[in-house]
Amino acid sequence: MDRRHALKVLGAAAALPALAPADSAKAPDPAIQGPAWTGPAGTPSDPNLVTPRVWWPRKLLAGELVTLTALCDTIIPADSHSPSASAVGVPGYIDEWASAPYDDNRESLVKLRGGLAWLNAESERRFGRPFARLAETERHQIADDICYEPKAKSEFKGPAQFFDMIRDLTATGFYTTHEGMKDLKYIGNVPLQRFDGPPPEVLKHLGLA
Amino acid sequence: MTNTQTKRVQYDAVVVGSGAGGGMAAFQLAVNGLKVLLLEAGRNYDPLRETPMFQLPKDAPLRSEGTVDKPFGFYDATVDGGWRVPGEPYTVAEGSDFMWWRARMLGGRTNHWGRISPRMGPYDFKPRSRDGLGLDWPLTYDELESYYDKTEALIGVYAHDQSLENTPVSRHGTQLPPPKPRAFELLTKKYAAPLGIPVIPAPIAVLTRMQDADHWPAKLFPGNPLAQRVVRQSMRSRLACIYATGCGRGCSLRANFQSTTVLLPPALATGNLTIVPNAMVREVTVDQRGRATGVSYVDKASRTDRHVRARIVVLAASACETARIMLNSKSALFPNGIANTNGLVGKGLMDTVGAGIGGQIPMLENLPPHNNEGTTRLHMYVPWWQYQEQLAGKLDFARGYHVEFGGGRDMPDAGIFWGLEDYTNGAYGKRFKEEARRYYGSFVYFDGRGEMIPNDDSYCDLDPTVVDQWGIPVLRFHWKWSKHETNQASHMVKTFAQLIESMGGKVVGKLETDGTKVIAKGGQIIHEVGTVRMGDDARTSVLNAHCQAWDVKNLFVSDGAPFVSNADKNPTISILALAWRTTDHILAEMKRGNI
Repeated sequence: MDRRHALKVLGAAAALPALAPADSAKAPDPAIQGPAWTGPAGTPSDPNLVTPRVWWPRKLLAGELVTLTALCDTIIPADSHSPSASAVGVPGYIDEWASAPYDDNRESLVKLRGGLAWLNAESERRFGRPFARLAETERHQIADDICYEPKAKSEFKGPAQFFDMIRDLTATGFYTTHEGMKDLKYIGNVPLQRFDGPPPEVLKHLGLA
Repeated sequence: MTNTQTKRVQYDAVVVGSGAGGGMAAFQLAVNGLKVLLLEAGRNYDPLRETPMFQLPKDAPLRSEGTVDKPFGFYDATVDGGWRVPGEPYTVAEGSDFMWWRARMLGGRTNHWGRISPRMGPYDFKPRSRDGLGLDWPLTYDELESYYDKTEALIGVYAHDQSLENTPVSRHGTQLPPPKPRAFELLTKKYAAPLGIPVIPAPIAVLTRMQDADHWPAKLFPGNPLAQRVVRQSMRSRLACIYATGCGRGCSLRANFQSTTVLLPPALATGNLTIVPNAMVREVTVDQRGRATGVSYVDKASRTDRHVRARIVVLAASACETARIMLNSKSALFPNGIANTNGLVGKGLMDTVGAGIGGQIPMLENLPPHNNEGTTRLHMYVPWWQYQEQLAGKLDFARGYHVEFGGGRDMPDAGIFWGLEDYTNGAYGKRFKEEARRYYGSFVYFDGRGEMIPNDDSYCDLDPTVVDQWGIPVLRFHWKWSKHETNQASHMVKTFAQLIESMGGKVVGKLETDGTKVIAKGGQIIHEVGTVRMGDDARTSVLNAHCQAWDVKNLFVSDGAPFVSNADKNPTISILALAWRTTDHILAEMKRGNI
């Protein structure tokens, strides 16, 4: 987004007359100011929304992050459009997600850790090295077996579920960054004076012109 | 400095709850010169300082994915609310399934709501007369029409300008022009037309231009210079929509309707309103004659009980919380709760029927990049269109639904591309990135929102043993859908599947058409109404046609509790219009010396 533009609009809004007392010639009556405002409590259900903060510690170990990073970059590598998943901090997001103090996330942490351990064991079994030290073609040999659960062999069904979870998370982590949004050519989050609807080339593409 | 001390010994009115119904009641009474105390169970909340305008998902915990603490995502305006409020449980009877949403904050749910503001139509007020089911309202569309007009002019609603069957719009130009449709909306309109499904501009409480502050105040409040002055100021302080940053976060520009940006500031500006937050109401107190004397509440910060006296009491704590307060207001005169002589408080609980599916539309793939955000709310929707088929007995359910739909190249957020493996044979690597570019923006979703008919198995009462952390007995919910609702849900998904296929698309996932499986849980659509219903007869209703308790003439209800039916029309605009009408009655009765 164009943050400067956004701030300008917000600044213009702030310059508008605030709601003054009905008769502003008199000294302001405390009653009209409403109750005291102390802001967010800073609890999980009442966090500061303007300045967000992750409030739980991360649980993955350094070695786990090395394997995870290799897997994230196998799923989203750099190409001519955008950098790799790890270059924009995706493993850190997945660590944050798997460490979150919510039931679903707690369960997923087990699946994630088990999956990373399986990935290294499988890499050692096939190539004698952990996943992070495999060549790209070697990584692909494993990934091809686990990239789609409906078509995976029975012994790979579990790892395929793990792979799918990481793919979903990697996509969220990647495409929510500036680099990911740019890759998709997302346009928005900018204040507009008016909304013109889709441009002519879109209408033409849809047969609506 | 604050006005949190209730210095006045007696107020003219105490209003419980600060959302749509409470905000409107407090505003109307204050601009008409009454000294009003507004009690809110949650904390003070200031959208001007607290709204996360333009913040990105990447800067929020979990990329703003929903959690039990923040169910609609981190940036959703709701704080201290959701399906679970710590320290304030509710229970669900065996065999029932119900979810109760609460928003413990100044302005309540109006801070985050969908802003969808369709008027109820003439049929909706007289459903029993039409099909023999449920009950009729003690008023007609014609009687509420002017209040819809005034409410729209006051809060700002964009809408279509032509009425369809039972889908009325203002005849007096009170609505604002709708924004231009987005690509997916135009495409849907084109392919819905041959199926006989109308796609028209949606009624949404968002300003597409600044309000006419020179015109409306005098028109809305003739002969009331105080009201005109504060409303003029309020209208001038509101900006038009800037077509960016999600409406559900609230709006620091006051471009959409929130009680906290549209009703409470002008009400405070009168000098007649005192707001006390963190005030959890325990009960309405009565004297020996059976008149309400005020309310007692728990000051949450000090955990102490307080009592405030008032000439009248207006309950607007949300349909279920209002029922809870009434059931808990036990006295010698009202052993089953205040104004509950006939035992109907808590009965008649309704929510909205909800079911929806998504579709992937190849035509929307690889669209030229463009801004799809608009107001971030509906620009178009589908009003219920099968009144004649229903009348002819061609449908296996009694009432209608409208369709809310979305899609297109929105801001990427948590969950983007979940499920993409099914379209790409499990793509990863550089191919995944190519597929992502192709499929981005090609998904649409359709959600039906339909009418539920009240039934004897859906109600709330007090749990016999459980209390919340304030020692107040909690609600217990009982719930059952009838065939009318589950058949309607089935009709929804079948219709949407047909529409998706006619657009050349495919339904996302396996299509399930069993209505009992696709219908949302009770309470999940967050349109609970009907627990303290109004009526023409004191034996079959709790409130009279002016939302005044039959048994306690200085007790009023101004939230969704008085609803007699729950048309597919989202309830907020009707709550607001009805609350305005109720305050007119209160003022007239006070003038006549009756209360």
